[in-house]
Amino acid sequence: MPLVLTEEQSMLRDSARGLISDKAPVSHLRQLRDNKDATGFSRDLWKAFAEMGFSGLLVPENLGGSGLGHVEAGVVMEEIGRTLMPSPFLSTAVLAASALSRGGSEAQKSAYLPDIADGSLLAALAVDEGTKHRPLQINLQAVRSGNGFKLSGAKALVVDGHTADLLIVAARTGGAAGERNGLTLFLVDPKAKGIAIERTVMVDAHNAARIEFSNVEVDADHVLGEVDQGGMLLDGVLNIGRGAVASEMVGLSEEVFGRTVTYLKERKQFGKLIGEFQALQHRAAQLYVDIEITRSAVLKALQTLDGDFDHAGAAVAVAKARAGTTATLAVQEGVQMHGGMGMTDQFDIGFFMKRARVCQELFGDSNYHADQLARMKSY
Amino acid sequence: MSDLETFRRETRAWLEANCPPEMRRPMTSESDTYWGGRNAKFSSEPQRVWFERMRDKGWTVPDWPKDYGGGGLDRAEHKVLREEMSAMGARAPLSSFGIWMLGPALLKYGNEAQKKEHLPKIAAGLIRWCQGYSEPNAGSDLASLQTRAESDGDDYIINGQKIWTSYANYADWIFCLVRTDPTAKKHDGISFILFDMASKGVSTKPILLISGYSPFCETFFDNVRVPKSHVVGTVNRGWDVAKYLLQHERAMISGTGERGIGRPLGQVAADSVGSDDSGRLDDAMLRGQIATFDIDEAAFAAVAERAIDLAKAGQSHPAFSSAMKYYGTELNKRRHEILMSAGGIDALEWESERSRGGARPRAWLRTKANSIEGGTSEVMLGIVAKRILDLPGA
Repeated sequence: MPLVLTEEQSMLRDSARGLISDKAPVSHLRQLRDNKDATGFSRDLWKAFAEMGFSGLLVPENLGGSGLGHVEAGVVMEEIGRTLMPSPFLSTAVLAASALSRGGSEAQKSAYLPDIADGSLLAALAVDEGTKHRPLQINLQAVRSGNGFKLSGAKALVVDGHTADLLIVAARTGGAAGERNGLTLFLVDPKAKGIAIERTVMVDAHNAARIEFSNVEVDADHVLGEVDQGGMLLDGVLNIGRGAVASEMVGLSEEVFGRTVTYLKERKQFGKLIGEFQALQHRAAQLYVDIEITRSAVLKALQTLDGDFDHAGAAVAVAKARAGTTATLAVQEGVQMHGGMGMTDQFDIGFFMKRARVCQELFGDSNYHADQLARMKSY
Repeated sequence: MSDLETFRRETRAWLEANCPPEMRRPMTSESDTYWGGRNAKFSSEPQRVWFERMRDKGWTVPDWPKDYGGGGLDRAEHKVLREEMSAMGARAPLSSFGIWMLGPALLKYGNEAQKKEHLPKIAAGLIRWCQGYSEPNAGSDLASLQTRAESDGDDYIINGQKIWTSYANYADWIFCLVRTDPTAKKHDGISFILFDMASKGVSTKPILLISGYSPFCETFFDNVRVPKSHVVGTVNRGWDVAKYLLQHERAMISGTGERGIGRPLGQVAADSVGSDDSGRLDDAMLRGQIATFDIDEAAFAAVAERAIDLAKAGQSHPAFSSAMKYYGTELNKRRHEILMSAGGIDALEWESERSRGGARPRAWLRTKANSIEGGTSEVMLGIVAKRILDLPGA
């Protein structure tokens, strides 16, 4: 498969870009932040997303979605990255939709997926517990009790956790922290007894929550996939999320870079455009090369997720690691080359720096994925 | 089954049947490459067999037209052939600057007589070419070259000196940049000309490098007489040809390296450094360096693939080869720094048999030229800044 977008994918990009740049430029995020908006995103815009078919992009056609692939999801994520639009797209349309369609029973799929596709149901995936992303270290306990389980423990960095109508919780039903066996995914009602949700205001003004579970009762028919065998399902869903976040970082990097190059062509010092200085030209050129390479690696990972899902791990690790380092470089150079302006809140560039930092941590930073790749290659 | 799938199936079967097993192993020394030419010798019987079989199919130059000794493959078929050869580890049957550099330039700028004369001999490995570009005072600033060609009836008389002429001492012919109009602005008075290295007045002198090898020469021209019909393209417009050819040279150098061949770098390192109790390379910092390298290398392979696909779709920027050259050569230098670190004191031996004559340190030193030859990294970044990013300034 050629490593370029197809005509249909380019058209999807154009329509996503049209909607997002029109309705949700960076000022949209700024407004939500400044107003301390209780939801943290625009429900009207999410409705518009649903009408465009984006919320059901990964939902099978027979369940009301459009049954598209990860390249297409990446195309939308990249456009989201360009304007930093806060949206349930990642949590609901990518992560939850993938978890349900890959792991759900027929009953579970038809209970939730049509509602995700039409935009009426919001969902969140709860994985991380510690300071860093370590999915095998999951220690939230799910103990058998009566006809079901009781969940106790705490989750952090649950994207869109405080607005979710449905939580997908990764818990330990067996084994010890560090083991792949004994992980199980549960579908949990956030209003259930014993759940305490704290919205955590984050550096990037995007949604996240800490959630505590104390003896939360969950029916056995709310297990997603097989008991104790959730590790593989979780791996797959996380890889999909990593590919999506990597795409967001490509969009973010390219946007910061574009704004920076424009600034180099406008700003004058010492009687010259600062873009004439070789010290800046070479750094800009290096960043350009870096972004092009990362864009290629991310597209490769998304195509592999679509074409050879079970063997996509290495390509995804490469993509997420590269996207993290590239975005970090792009925002650092962006702030530096904008000089004092880059340090002001009034200027948008800082929003990109903040979002890049969060994207690095989401589902494993560059170091995590470098180490994963080394393990895959047995060294 | 599509035509391309049929082509892939047939190609794989043909390669399986015709590529000798010895030609499917990673190359370990200079003599593993067959360069062709009047004085060429095969280093082994399998090398000869492989070369001749590929030549007879036109697959020494698979994408050149059949009329000029090529295989006549389109881009998609050529990609399939490359993929299938790479999958079985098949070596290139013939390496040459004629294939990588002169051929593409002749196909674009040469007249019919020049194409008919030179291309089939490149394809068949009969003539080995060298490149006369750099001069002692014209390196990164190549257009300031001073070798002059003065008109004398139907001929030019060429005088001057070239440097860094790769394998000039083995080459049969040279493609050379000469100044045909000393009064014009520096880019405007240059012509691209071809001549026989056996011509009277041509001499070469190898340059000993830090690797202990002499892949480059100084080349001297003392009243060398060359027919004017040997100019490629328009007289005084040689810079256009030179730049076009440089794109191909840069694409070639950016691919320098041993991507995806043999054992993973991390395992090569573990062989010498050792592993800890959990089976991991017993040097955490080196492990991290290698993992980061592997990520960048895999990502670079993706951009190389994408560059070809973009070119096919007519969406590539002509200066993108400069971006590739910059990154590919820096990557290859990193690979060899890692190999040296992994090799520890064993990689310091220069002559012993156990070190295969210091193969590793010599290869490491050789890679330092990658980011200099064919345009330095700094020149590449300047081209990206100005031609792709459109940044201001000279």
